Amino acid sequence: MPDRPYHGGSSNVATLSPSSDPNSHTMVLNMGPQHPSTHGVLRLVLEIDGENVVRMLPDIGFLHTGIEKTCEAKFYQQVVPLTDRIDYLCPMINNQCYVLAVEKLLGLEIPARAVWVRVMLAELQRISSHLVWLGTSALDMGAMTVFLYCFREREDLLRIYEMVSGQRMMTSYFRIGGLALDLPIGFLDRVKKFASTFEEKVDEYEDLLTNNPIWRQRTRDVAHLSAEDGIALGASGATLRASGVDWDLRRDMPYGGYENFKFEVPVRQEGDVYARYLCRVQEMRQSIRIVKQALEGMPSGPIKANAPKVILPEREKMKTQMEALIYHFKIVTEGFSVPAGEVYQAIESPRGEMGYYVVSDGTAKPYRVHMRSPSFVNLQLLNTMCEGRLIADVVAAIGSIDIVLGEVDR
Amino acid sequence: MPLTPAITDLEQLKSRPAVSSLMAWNSAAVKGAKLDRDELSIYIDSPFIRDACFFLRDQQAFNFMSDLTCVDLHPLNPRFEVIYHLLSHSRKERMRLKVQLAGDDPVLESIVPVWPAANFFEREIFDLFGVRFLGHPNLKRIMMPDDWKGFPLRKDYPVEGYR
Repeated sequence: MPDRPYHGGSSNVATLSPSSDPNSHTMVLNMGPQHPSTHGVLRLVLEIDGENVVRMLPDIGFLHTGIEKTCEAKFYQQVVPLTDRIDYLCPMINNQCYVLAVEKLLGLEIPARAVWVRVMLAELQRISSHLVWLGTSALDMGAMTVFLYCFREREDLLRIYEMVSGQRMMTSYFRIGGLALDLPIGFLDRVKKFASTFEEKVDEYEDLLTNNPIWRQRTRDVAHLSAEDGIALGASGATLRASGVDWDLRRDMPYGGYENFKFEVPVRQEGDVYARYLCRVQEMRQSIRIVKQALEGMPSGPIKANAPKVILPEREKMKTQMEALIYHFKIVTEGFSVPAGEVYQAIESPRGEMGYYVVSDGTAKPYRVHMRSPSFVNLQLLNTMCEGRLIADVVAAIGSIDIVLGEVDR
Repeated sequence: MPLTPAITDLEQLKSRPAVSSLMAWNSAAVKGAKLDRDELSIYIDSPFIRDACFFLRDQQAFNFMSDLTCVDLHPLNPRFEVIYHLLSHSRKERMRLKVQLAGDDPVLESIVPVWPAANFFEREIFDLFGVRFLGHPNLKRIMMPDDWKGFPLRKDYPVEGYR
C-alpha cells in the first residue's frame, strides 16, 4: 500500500465507447449526472440507434459516502442517525430496519406501544415517500399539477414528523429498544385529522392521472418488465408487484408488529409504468388503512424496553438515582456490548426489500453493517426495461422504479 | 425472547430441508452449518458455490437472491467471508450461504449466470473488498473512482482514508 494512493480528480469511466466500425449506426449518448429526471446524481450511458436505445449502462457512485465503513467506527446507538441519511424519503423505515436487526441480535423485546407507533410512522413515511415519487415522476413526464398537489400533503406529513421528532427529514426517532420520546400531546389527533382527509386527496391525484389519456399513452406498455426477469434481477417492492408477483414482506414474512394489521397487497399483471403507478397509488390507500388501525388500537404503556444496560434512563431518574446515572454514563462513553452473531433483517421499504445485515463480534461497535438497498438492485432493471425502446421512455422508466440515489450509493 | 446458543452441529441441523438436500446433492460441498437467532447459515466450499446456487434455485425453490456481501475477518485466516442471502417466495423462507476465502488472492466464481441480480453486488464487493469474481461480465469498480488504490471496506484500511 503506497503512502499517498489517491491521485485525485478522476470520475468513473463508463465502459461504453463509440463503435469504431464505420458502418455502425449507433452513437453513444451521455445522460446525467445532472439530468432533471435522475433525482440525484445518476449517470446513464446510452448507446442509441436513432431514437431507440440499444444498450444502457448506469454509472453510479457519485454519492458514495462510505456509510458502511463509518458504521464500523461508531457505537451501535450512534449508527441510527447514519441510517437516516441513506434514504431521505423514508428515514424512519431505515431506522426501523436497523433497530430491528440490533434488537434481534440483543434478543430484546419491545413494548407494544413502541411497536404500534413504529408501524404507524413507517406507514406515514411510506405515504410521504410515494407522494414524492408520484409528484416527481409525473413532473418528469410533464404533468406539473400533480407535483404541487403531492407536495401539499407531504408538507403536512413533514410537520407531523417534526412534531414527533423535532426534525422534518432526518428524524432519528426510533432507538434500539424503543423510541426516543413518547408521542407529544395532541399528536394522535393530528394524525387522525390527516388520515381522515387523505383518501380524498388520493382521489384528487387519481382524477388527474388515472383516466387521463395523455398519462395513459405515456405510461402504458412502456418499460415493460416480466415477472421472470424481475425475480432474476432481484427486483422487489411495487416494481415487482406490478409485474404480477404477489409478494409483500409485511404480509408474507411479518416483522415489527405487522401481523396485527389487516391490509391488502395491490398486484397488477401488466408490468409497465402504468401498472407500477396504480400499485403505488393503491399502496397509499392501504397504508392509510394501517394508520387508521394503529390509531384505533394504539396501546398505552412504556415506549422503551426494560433493559437499563442498553437504553438510556429517563432524565428524571438520571438526576435522582445513582444507578441510573452510572448506566447513562457508561452507555454514552463506552456504548453497550452486543452478543456476537449476525442478523439479516429485511423489511418492506417503499422501494422494495430493504435489508440490514449486522455482524457483531461482541463489542460495543458493529463489526460490519451492510445495507441491502432496494434502489441499488432495482437500478439494474433499467437496461431490461429500456432495451429497444424509445429514448424518451427512459425518463418514464427511471421514474417508475422509484430510485433514491443516496440509497444506491450509500 | 432470551438468546439461545447457536447450533453448529451438522447432524442436528439435518432436519432442515436446505441442509439435508445440499448434503444429499454433494456432501463435499457443505463444510458446516449454523443456526443462530433462527437464521440458517451454510458454509459452502468455494469451488462449489455456483453449482450450489443453481441447485438451490432449481431444486429447492430459493428463487430470489436478496443480498450478497462480504465480511473481512482480518487478521484471521481464511480472511474473507462472502455471504449470500437467498429467499424462497413459495416457502417464505430465507437462508444464508457463506464462502470462506483466503486473504492473499481472494477469487470466487461469479453467480451472475444464476441470478443476474448479483452483477452490481459482485462489483461492489470487488470494489470495496478486492474479491475477484471469475466469469463476471463487467468486473470493475462501481462506487470508487476507477483509479482508486486500495479497498476501503477492508479492516486494514483506515476509516479516515489515507491522507
